[in-house]
Amino acid sequence: MDQDRRSFLAEAGKYILLTGAAALAWDNVLAGTPEKAPNYTATDHWWGMVIDIDRCIGCGNCVRACKAENNVPLEEGAFRTWVERYEVDPADMEHPRVQSPNGGYDGFAGIDAPGEGVKVFFVPKLCNHCADSPCVQVCPVGATFESPDGVVLVDKDYCLGCRYCVQACPYGCRYIDPRTHTVDKCTLCYHRITKGLTTACCESCPTAARQLVDLKNPSDPVHAFLRTHKIHVLKPQMATGAKVYYAGLDGSVR
Amino acid sequence: MHGVEGFIYPNEVELQWSVLIVLYPFITGLVAGAFILASLERVFNVQAVKPTYRLALLTALAFLLVAPLPLQLHLGHPERSIEMYLTPHKSSAMAMFGFVYLWYLMVVLVLEIWFDYRRDLVLAKARSTGVRRMLYGVLTLGSDDISARALAVDDWFGRTITIIGIPSAFLLHGYVGFIFGSIKANPWWSTPLMPIVFLFSAIVSGIAMVMLLYIVTTRLRGERVDLRCVDTIGQYLFYALVVDFSLEMLDLIHRLYEADESLKALDFMVHTRLWTSQVIVQIALGTLVPIALLALMQFRMHPAREGTRGRQAGVAVRALRSLTEHRLALYAAAGGLTLIGVFAMRWNVVIGGQLFSKSFLGYTTYKLQFATREGLLPAILLMLLPFGILAVLVKVLPPWTGAEESASRHVSAV
Repeated sequence: MDQDRRSFLAEAGKYILLTGAAALAWDNVLAGTPEKAPNYTATDHWWGMVIDIDRCIGCGNCVRACKAENNVPLEEGAFRTWVERYEVDPADMEHPRVQSPNGGYDGFAGIDAPGEGVKVFFVPKLCNHCADSPCVQVCPVGATFESPDGVVLVDKDYCLGCRYCVQACPYGCRYIDPRTHTVDKCTLCYHRITKGLTTACCESCPTAARQLVDLKNPSDPVHAFLRTHKIHVLKPQMATGAKVYYAGLDGSVR
Repeated sequence: MHGVEGFIYPNEVELQWSVLIVLYPFITGLVAGAFILASLERVFNVQAVKPTYRLALLTALAFLLVAPLPLQLHLGHPERSIEMYLTPHKSSAMAMFGFVYLWYLMVVLVLEIWFDYRRDLVLAKARSTGVRRMLYGVLTLGSDDISARALAVDDWFGRTITIIGIPSAFLLHGYVGFIFGSIKANPWWSTPLMPIVFLFSAIVSGIAMVMLLYIVTTRLRGERVDLRCVDTIGQYLFYALVVDFSLEMLDLIHRLYEADESLKALDFMVHTRLWTSQVIVQIALGTLVPIALLALMQFRMHPAREGTRGRQAGVAVRALRSLTEHRLALYAAAGGLTLIGVFAMRWNVVIGGQLFSKSFLGYTTYKLQFATREGLLPAILLMLLPFGILAVLVKVLPPWTGAEESASRHVSAV
């Protein structure tokens, strides 16, 4: 009997210990899984954005909406999206005059004396959510990664803050968040798009110059748009598989 | 915006990599260079540089121990750096660092030093008492056999490790160059020559550092500097500098001739913000002057020809004689300038690569602070730390015995 009780206690103890360990391990597993979005299957989507240059009026709504929605620091040098204004003399395309005061957050002041024949247009920019991201390639710990639905994301709890990805991004889309000392960038409002909403910048654009697109969705009107417009990506020579598609992009844009 | 000229992307205002990241390739370069100099003696059996063999190994170790510190200090979350070992990202050149570093530190450098010093450690243990005896006891790892056969085994292992070590030293520093050279977004960095340029400048800096340390430590101990040794090291430094300079010029000429979209922006940068550090310090003072000094030294009077003194008193001969007499000072000057030049090269690569916008339409400025986490003060302290470590290492593992033997041999031979 004594022997039985002892072996019973030993067995029970083992199970209690194992259950505890399993619970801890399970917590750990759960910590790595993304927040649940009901009815959302990542592999059914392939996200990108279409930007129609001719529609952008440089109001800066997108920049303000992005900063508010994503709690982006208001100081200089911290932008998930920004707008640039180009003034290009067609005779001298290599030397455009470009401005982006405070990333276009406050809009743009009028141009006093635009030169004769100088064309002026706005270029909204954001992370290109490249399919072959140079930033993802260089991250030493895999803290930044491409999601199965084509969005480049950062795990803030994993990022070392080595800044190698900032160096590797050809478009200047990444910055260090001074509050967390980790890298930050556009998430394409992942918390919104996985719930069937559009991004904050697209939502707030008064001219629909920016549109979120799901390239895997056959009924997305983007397919017609891409078919009927001349489309370009930024720095195609970088071969990054950029998924922000510009209609009417001028060759002078860097 | 202050310090900004033209247009830069809004997120480019702040420079990402500071002076600490300049130190990192400089320090690992010294490690690789010092080790390669030591290996020359061991593998190719160059007797002339024997007095510096152990000093070079200890120098490499002292600097290698400090190498990861500037990186740690720079990280936003240094406590997470262990993740580079636990969950390395296979496509990242930087993730390789931890492994190359550990391999080099533990397998190559520490093992080689241990095999080389084992006999000395056993003897030192026998000679000393108390704490020192315990320390040497631990360092021998309980291996007390110093029979001829055991020493032959030590020698075999030491040699083998050196042979493995040479490609490892190349890997250690070549890979640092690859970290920069593989960034296609940055035309100032992106060139397949980068690892090779880094490697040769590393060899140059390591040789110069060991030569200087040898001269200074020998003087400090009141011993006579073995001139034959310094002459030989000076010769190596000369050759390495010529190769290094040729590679850098090849890179420059290639850029100028190819003249791709980035050339105008980079050319403007070199002529303005980098003029002093690149053209004056790196190329003129740090490379051309030492090459000229060392080239001159190749015409020094050899002992056999010194007998002709007095009979011919032409200007050239007198100049040659004075050159020969003062060559230690000239070697020291060449070594010092070389080190400054290589440091400037690291600066121009790391900082220079961040001064221009990736839009090629503007420039920013690096504002070096003093007593901040990534300021000048921690940089200076980090640069002094290896010398402190070396002082301790030299106390525990005196590298001089070989030097004295060789020196006395040399004197008796003369």
